[in-house]
Amino acid sequence: MSLLEVENLRVAFDTESGPVEAVRGISFGVDRERVAIVGESGSGKSVTGRSILRLVRPPGRVEADTMRFDGQDLLALSERRMRAIRGQRIAMVMQDPKFALNPVMTIGDQMTEGLRHRERMGRRKATAKAIDMLAAVQIRDGARVMRAYPHEMSGGMGQRVMIAMMLIPDPDLLIADEPTSALDVTVQAEVLAILDDLVKERGMGLIFISHDLRLVSRFCDRVLVMYLGQIVERLDARDLDAAQHPYTRGLLNCLPSIGGERGALPVLQREASWAE
Amino acid sequence: MLIEIDDLSVTFGKGRDAVQAVRGVSFAVPARESYGIVGESGSGKSTILRAICGMAPVTGGAIRIDGQVLPKRRSLAFSRRIQMVFQDPYASLHPKRSVDATLAEPLAIHRMAGRDERVVRAMQDVGLDPRFRFRFPHQLSGGQRQRVVIARALMLEPEILLLDEPTSALDASVQAEVLNLLSRLREERALTYLMVSHDLAVIDHMCDRLAVMKDGRVVEELDRAALAGGGAREPYTQALFKASEHETT
Amino acid sequence: MNVLRREWLLDPNPASRAQARAGQFYLGWLRLIRNPLAVIGLVIIALLIVMAVFAPVIAPYDPIAQNLQGRLQPPLTGGHLLGTDEFGRDIFSRIVYGSRVTLYIVLLVTLTAPVFGLVVGTVAGYFGGWVDTVLMRLTDIFLAFPRLILALAFVAALGPGIGNAILAIALTAWPPYARVARAETLTVRNSDYIAAVQLQGAGAGRILARHIAPMCVPSVIIRVTLDMAGIILTAAGLGFLGLGAQPPMPEWGLMISTGRKFMFDQWWVAAMPGLAIFIVSLGFNLLGDGLRDVLDPRSSGR
Repeated sequence: MSLLEVENLRVAFDTESGPVEAVRGISFGVDRERVAIVGESGSGKSVTGRSILRLVRPPGRVEADTMRFDGQDLLALSERRMRAIRGQRIAMVMQDPKFALNPVMTIGDQMTEGLRHRERMGRRKATAKAIDMLAAVQIRDGARVMRAYPHEMSGGMGQRVMIAMMLIPDPDLLIADEPTSALDVTVQAEVLAILDDLVKERGMGLIFISHDLRLVSRFCDRVLVMYLGQIVERLDARDLDAAQHPYTRGLLNCLPSIGGERGALPVLQREASWAE
Repeated sequence: MLIEIDDLSVTFGKGRDAVQAVRGVSFAVPARESYGIVGESGSGKSTILRAICGMAPVTGGAIRIDGQVLPKRRSLAFSRRIQMVFQDPYASLHPKRSVDATLAEPLAIHRMAGRDERVVRAMQDVGLDPRFRFRFPHQLSGGQRQRVVIARALMLEPEILLLDEPTSALDASVQAEVLNLLSRLREERALTYLMVSHDLAVIDHMCDRLAVMKDGRVVEELDRAALAGGGAREPYTQALFKASEHETT
Repeated sequence: MNVLRREWLLDPNPASRAQARAGQFYLGWLRLIRNPLAVIGLVIIALLIVMAVFAPVIAPYDPIAQNLQGRLQPPLTGGHLLGTDEFGRDIFSRIVYGSRVTLYIVLLVTLTAPVFGLVVGTVAGYFGGWVDTVLMRLTDIFLAFPRLILALAFVAALGPGIGNAILAIALTAWPPYARVARAETLTVRNSDYIAAVQLQGAGAGRILARHIAPMCVPSVIIRVTLDMAGIILTAAGLGFLGLGAQPPMPEWGLMISTGRKFMFDQWWVAAMPGLAIFIVSLGFNLLGDGLRDVLDPRSSGR
């Protein structure tokens, strides 16, 4: 049985000029592996991630034939039981630590909050666990970082803190929504390497949402390409260059490369037929 | 040399809170060249563009356009020679003004006639459907908005375009279109480009020569051929090159 | 005539500025009426306006005609829907005509205080430095005056009357709008779109009027509708104190004041105008809340 099974997921938003369909019937499964969901803006990839955690609020509507996590039907769970899963068993790392970390609490307070309230761990024990987790994301000076505020961190460090914070409860599935997009290029590689190690070590499932096809191909096992709310291609990461769908091929070819040709870059010609 | 940056320093704030965003940067751009500045966040690259526009506190050095030092307040004539394309198409268009109003405004400020024809022609030049003329920014996609930003920059027919990460906020497929557009416009109108980006591949594609910046200083200056051939001498440049490499497989 | 058809309004490619603006307004309207409370507020305000405009048609009696035989009649007697007051005047007619006074107060204050506050706030926020300091200290001075006391002082100096009461209210109502406008200006001032138009050579006047003020207007509008209740109550309070409208003008606050004497036995004399004030204030509050939902997300640009 897969860790996560999703069948025919549909998400629509009711606006004053009619419903807008963000996700139009996608099905996929994630086990203890690294799956990438790749798409451009408007593809529905972020909405998919949020739907799994039931973070889509009205006027959004989430419907699916199946949405099962470890055998439990996520759509049927009460909000209270969903809360027990969110964060504990399925965690989410978001794009910009500046916006995802609480600016008025110290890092230490934020990291130990869950432990102290949910598991009723003592302060000292929780702090020790947090510092351990920081060491796992290669922040050596854990005690100092615990006392600092988010705005005092650089982007890369903030993101590592986010990852540490999300992995403290030892979740089974991690959803990472563009975790490195807001980071400088030299820092991206470091953070990805850390994420990679942790996921492998703990045997977690990972859903990596990104717009960067080449990046995920180096980092993930399987790639799902989304376009306008549907999955247009599924491949193993190593078979990326053998992609069949014209959208995927277009995405692969349209990027400039160092030392490449000076002429016009190949442009993606969108076909209406891809959207059905 | 059309643009000369001579030992430029820009410092924000005073006393203990002073932050030196740019420290003694010098480079020169001849007419009709496309010059790139690449660096990560905090390197000071965008600040240089703002300094040229008179929007950053210059505390040392000089900026010369066509041999003349720029006066403290930028004149109307300045706006007809130099314009800027901004990074975030969501933030650089006034949300409550239609495309038509945004494009017609520079004409009104400079009392140029022929509003209707010029606006329509500008939209066509950047590949925008003229039927979008009275749309508001929130009714346009990111790529369309950026085209409006480019059209706006070209309304006054400048010779120099400053480009501040013009495609960073766009999807990859849209980026290709916009970069192609920028290349075409440069050739058609004999423009000089000073482009800033964190993406080495974009700079390499668009520019003839480039400067690598870190912490407010120019680390290295090289041309395209040198970069592609692995001729980067400084370790930082090499690190940047390596990190960008995954895009080039 | 295709002007007001739904497809014309929702056309994604408007062919003129007028069509584009009408379309945006229509979308905003659709959004507003999805909120049932906002609709209630809108209906109340609409009724107020209708009542004021068509007062001679709606009111069954002359509001100032006295009928001392029929004084202090309870509601629903002798053709008087809401009863009569101590002079035998029909209360319903007085409330209907009183809506004109209420609307007059609302309009005058709305046209003066927020506009002045918007100008002061945007200028202060945009220029910063000593301009900001001077204007904001000026704002603080006016903000520090308790409204009713200032009204008292005005009336003492200039004599009682509805005009002077409105002047007093307007003079104390503008500072919050200046604050709101300044806060919004500070947020907007460093945006790229302002930088772009500065780079085109635009002068401060053009930037303030056409670029910055439009971004502040939604916050000011919301603030105005929410303040409306307070303004009506202040005018009523002044009327109550005898400082605003003078008898026999059917101003609601004045009606409550004179009806005070009969509160226990003939409660309707004071309660009916009180109810009218309550309903209108509620209407403005509900409308203001609904407007906030419509105007705020738009103004953030996305």
